[in-house]
Amino acid sequence: MPPSRGKAMARKPLSAKESKGTLKRLFSYIFKYYKFEFWMGITCILVSTITGVIPALLTGQIVDQLDTALKTMNEYIKAGNQIAATNTMNEALAYIGIEILIVVGIILVGLTCNYFYQILMSKLGQGTMKKIRDDLFNHMQDLPLSYFDTRTRGDLMSIYTNDVDTLREAISRSLPMLVQSSFTMIVVLVSMFIRSWALAIAVIVLVIPTVLISKTVSGKSGKYFISRQAAMAKTNGYVEEMINGQKVIKVFNYEKRAKAGFDKVNDELCYHATKASRYASLLMPIVNQLGNLQYVIIAIIGAGIIVSGGASWTNITVGTIVTFLSLSKQFTQPIGNLAQQASSVFMAMAGSARIFALIDTPAEKDEGYVELCNAIEGKDGEPIECQETTGKWAWKHPHGDGTITYTWLKGDITFTDVDFSYVPGKPILKNISLYAKPGQKVAFVGPTGAGKTTITNLINRFYDIEDGKIRYDGININKIKKKDLRRSLGMVLQDTVLFTGTVKENIRYGRLDATDEEVEAAAKLANADSFIRQLPNGYDTVLDKAGMNLSQGQRQLLSIARAAIANPPAMILDEATSSIDSRTEKLVQEGMDAIMKGRTVFVIAHRLSTVKDSDVIMVIDDGEIIERGNHDELIAKKGKYYQLYTGNSIK
Amino acid sequence: MIATFKYLLKSLREYKKDVALTWLFVLLETFCEILVPFLMQFLVQSIQIVSGVADASSLRTFGPLVQWFVDAINQTGVASPFIYGGIMAVMAALAAMCGIAAGYWSSSASAGLGKNLRHDMYYQVQRFSFNNIDKFSTSSIVTRTTTDVQNVQFAFQMAIRGVIRAPFTLIFAIIMSFITSWKLAFVFVAVVPVLIVLLILLATVVHPIFERIFRKYDDLNEAVQENITGIRVVKAFGRQEEEKEKFNAVSDFLYKNFLKTEKIMAFQSPGFSLLIYGSIIAIAWFGSNIILKSNSAEMNTSGLTTLFSYVMQVMMACMFISMIYVMTIISRNSAERIVELLKETPEINQPENALKEVKDGSIDFENVSFAYGNGGKVLQNINLHIKSGQTVGIIGSTGSSKTTLMSLIPRLYDVNEGTVKVGGVDVREYDIESLREAVSMVLQKNTLFTGTIEWNLRWGDENASMDEIKQACQIAQADGFISSFKDGYQTMIDEGGTNVSGGQKQRICIARALLKKPKILILDDSTSAVDTHTDSLIRQGIKEVIPGTTTFIVAQRILSVKDCDLILVMDKGIITEMGNNEELMEKSEVYRDLYISQIGGGDFDAAE
Repeated sequence: MPPSRGKAMARKPLSAKESKGTLKRLFSYIFKYYKFEFWMGITCILVSTITGVIPALLTGQIVDQLDTALKTMNEYIKAGNQIAATNTMNEALAYIGIEILIVVGIILVGLTCNYFYQILMSKLGQGTMKKIRDDLFNHMQDLPLSYFDTRTRGDLMSIYTNDVDTLREAISRSLPMLVQSSFTMIVVLVSMFIRSWALAIAVIVLVIPTVLISKTVSGKSGKYFISRQAAMAKTNGYVEEMINGQKVIKVFNYEKRAKAGFDKVNDELCYHATKASRYASLLMPIVNQLGNLQYVIIAIIGAGIIVSGGASWTNITVGTIVTFLSLSKQFTQPIGNLAQQASSVFMAMAGSARIFALIDTPAEKDEGYVELCNAIEGKDGEPIECQETTGKWAWKHPHGDGTITYTWLKGDITFTDVDFSYVPGKPILKNISLYAKPGQKVAFVGPTGAGKTTITNLINRFYDIEDGKIRYDGININKIKKKDLRRSLGMVLQDTVLFTGTVKENIRYGRLDATDEEVEAAAKLANADSFIRQLPNGYDTVLDKAGMNLSQGQRQLLSIARAAIANPPAMILDEATSSIDSRTEKLVQEGMDAIMKGRTVFVIAHRLSTVKDSDVIMVIDDGEIIERGNHDELIAKKGKYYQLYTGNSIK
Repeated sequence: MIATFKYLLKSLREYKKDVALTWLFVLLETFCEILVPFLMQFLVQSIQIVSGVADASSLRTFGPLVQWFVDAINQTGVASPFIYGGIMAVMAALAAMCGIAAGYWSSSASAGLGKNLRHDMYYQVQRFSFNNIDKFSTSSIVTRTTTDVQNVQFAFQMAIRGVIRAPFTLIFAIIMSFITSWKLAFVFVAVVPVLIVLLILLATVVHPIFERIFRKYDDLNEAVQENITGIRVVKAFGRQEEEKEKFNAVSDFLYKNFLKTEKIMAFQSPGFSLLIYGSIIAIAWFGSNIILKSNSAEMNTSGLTTLFSYVMQVMMACMFISMIYVMTIISRNSAERIVELLKETPEINQPENALKEVKDGSIDFENVSFAYGNGGKVLQNINLHIKSGQTVGIIGSTGSSKTTLMSLIPRLYDVNEGTVKVGGVDVREYDIESLREAVSMVLQKNTLFTGTIEWNLRWGDENASMDEIKQACQIAQADGFISSFKDGYQTMIDEGGTNVSGGQKQRICIARALLKKPKILILDDSTSAVDTHTDSLIRQGIKEVIPGTTTFIVAQRILSVKDCDLILVMDKGIITEMGNNEELMEKSEVYRDLYISQIGGGDFDAAE
């Protein structure tokens, strides 16, 4: 058995350098595939933000124009010149009308850009995500099994569910917002300075306390949120464990104690949740009202400047103040956004680092060059390569000198002094030598953890051996392409894995070009046909949740059929233990027996009949073959096999 | 839907006060906040006057209340920009304080609702019978008490303030706009309904699409999980390339659909901006006309600034209303799932005048039939009489209802017909706790909990002495390996007991059951992962140390039952044969077949 899986991967934030590297990597994806979208998007954002400040400028402008017009009008009225007053009014209105039309035009351009930038960004974001997702999955397919052994399924899944998700959020939402917010700040700042440098400076000075307060509050509330998260995890963990064991609770009358334990964690969660949320909700009212306060102060400063006669050299009018009231708001708002989005981008960086770590893990190496090919028999029994399916296979072995030799695929397997360890220094198999002639049945027996499964995992190169040699039809398996090697070896695992899909698809997994008739024939051979026909849609019944709607025995039958359809010369079988009920067990047994016929078989055996039928039995203990021989020989020996067989220990 | 949320809100209880306070403060906050832009026009006007842009004599007049306020301030004679600025600052400060107070109470209200909901659900589950649990399935109960409550809690926290804040912002802002210029206020009256309808329409269209996409997204993740689980099969059959193709196709589907939806969503932001800018421009244009034509009598330029500010506030309020709408849709499913659990009636209840004493371990099944829920009968007409102290073995294939039969003894389920008697009395007459105290069942799907081994064992008897614990472990053949652990009985068990082997776990579970010192002990396939030799030692131990205990052994292995006083062979809910080993060898073909295929074979894998 492979080494036990490690604790959950540490989820710690990245250092600045690491995030920089990850960010770079991310951008290299974007630039590789979406250069055009990126630059067009940026241009559109820029145009749309610039046009975004126009209404604020317009309102100030109009207020000033109205004020001037009113003043002139009133002077004419005082002088009794009603016609001139009306003319002034009409001129002002016409002027304002033209202004508004121009602004409407500009705004329409801006809004169009806004629309296009969103479309471009979503294409870029979703597209990049798809590329990353595909790379992630595709690379994972090529990773060696040892990678999967050292990680829990939960850990791997969390890369797909959490990390890819946060990254998707960050790329499609936070990143554009970040860009937009920074642009807005710059554009607004520039317009403020153009309009009035004095008030612009005032705004900047006034923004500082807002920033400081936001930073302090969000920093502190972050801490409370962490403790809330911890309390939440604790409560959820408690609920999960207790409810999963609810039946045990009932049987042991444990309800009262289970409630007391729950109340404790639940109250704790409520305390932390209240505190975290209270702290977080300080922020909005304070920042909002500081914004309003900022209004007042800008107005009063502006008024002060105008009254003290500074208007001429600071270029401040009432209209300027009105413009600044909106501009200051447009300036403050992105600050909050920026802080929020930045933190989500950083979180996503930590996630992407894990994604890239998986993509960077070296793939399973395959230096094999010997291939499996269809063959027909030559005059003197030698294999000759051919294209059509003949039902006969040969190893195609190219040599350094350019010649190619062919060897029949027979299923002859030998181990010579094989050593193996999952973790260097902790040998699992020691000095294993064995051979199986074509058509022979080799049974492995021995206690759990003795190394039976490991031996079979070496034959198909799930793991590579440390020392010694394994030969397949006389060829060192290191020279055989993994795909071809595995194609020549059927495999039925003990914990049967099926995939969501129809029964037919699951059987066809063994050979993709199999016809419906071949699928049924394989099912018949595996003894699975009768139960499949009883399923609601027969061979087209969809297996939910990887076949969880079938019994363990039925799943086993399907996996036998799946192996049978490939019709390989050699097979590795891991018999199910006694957890299958006796009725199905009989079917499974017969199915197994049927596909073992005429093949070289390595079987991890639990059933007496299988063992008795074997040509040779290897008793494995602690990584070594301690006894070998057939049933009768081993019984006579009265060793470990005898002990296992009779269920009695020998005193 | 409203009824569902109403039902949930029943769990507010002691937090109702917090909700009321939240609403009060949100109302005050909204009011103060809306006054700030309104006062803005007076501030700007006073600046116009002191700077000589406008004439004090050209001031417009307001309605009586506002006019009285303006006159009162003018009479103070203080430079008025400071007065108006001061009042605005005070309003802002008040709004901030009310906002903080509202946040304070809304936090405790939502956290409190979450707490009470979890509490109510968890307590409800404790009352559930096995039938109730089966109906929901454990994983669904877990999701309901964790994720669903969280969803509702977050939605509630958003909504609790929003339901007051958003509509009242709208109302106040529109009222104040009417006061400022009733003609221009009609711009809002025209835009707001359009905006709300559009936003809600957009949400209604887009939300289901997103939901569909996310479901597909979940499917994708499930496929990944399947792939990871089955990676050995994938590799053994060399199917990596096909798996990649399959994944990339779904991934492509997701990409295209995300894009499609986002193309619709892309209208939201420019559309929203269009309405804001449109309102501003409409106000600017019509405002300019009104001001110039009335020569500031109906409204003046400072009034424009107020209206410009209200545009933003009104639009944000509309946005918030659509957000509350979406949140409600999102949390609706969660809310429904919670209510469904809370409304479930627990099936097994305590009888009145319950008996607290179980006399002995004798058991009688009289004409018992049983069905799960509305399903077909899984036990039919069972008649069985077991004397106290007997050892009974039960054998039969999966689905023959062995476990069901056993579950009726501690009244985990109630029979549909007939009676089950323990100690000569119908199980339905006992106090449930006393009955289960007397019947100790080691479940097939057994669980250990996070904690030390000793703590786990004490589930059987809280007050057991260390000697008693050790003795129970010796019978269950667990003392040996526990003592060999570095921390012995203080060894921590990981969640679900993953750090001990299957066989060890089973033995600890047996010891835990023995500690109850039951009158009846049921071992439901409890030694399947224990090797045959240890298995026989356990049975021997039980027989020798607690001989008076009625013991049931449900097993797949003939070896485990062959020495029992009585062996039942079950098939499809019926006891087909019974007798001891010799008798069954004689008369039962099924038993004989099993015996021959198993005995002598043992289990090569299970020895440790």
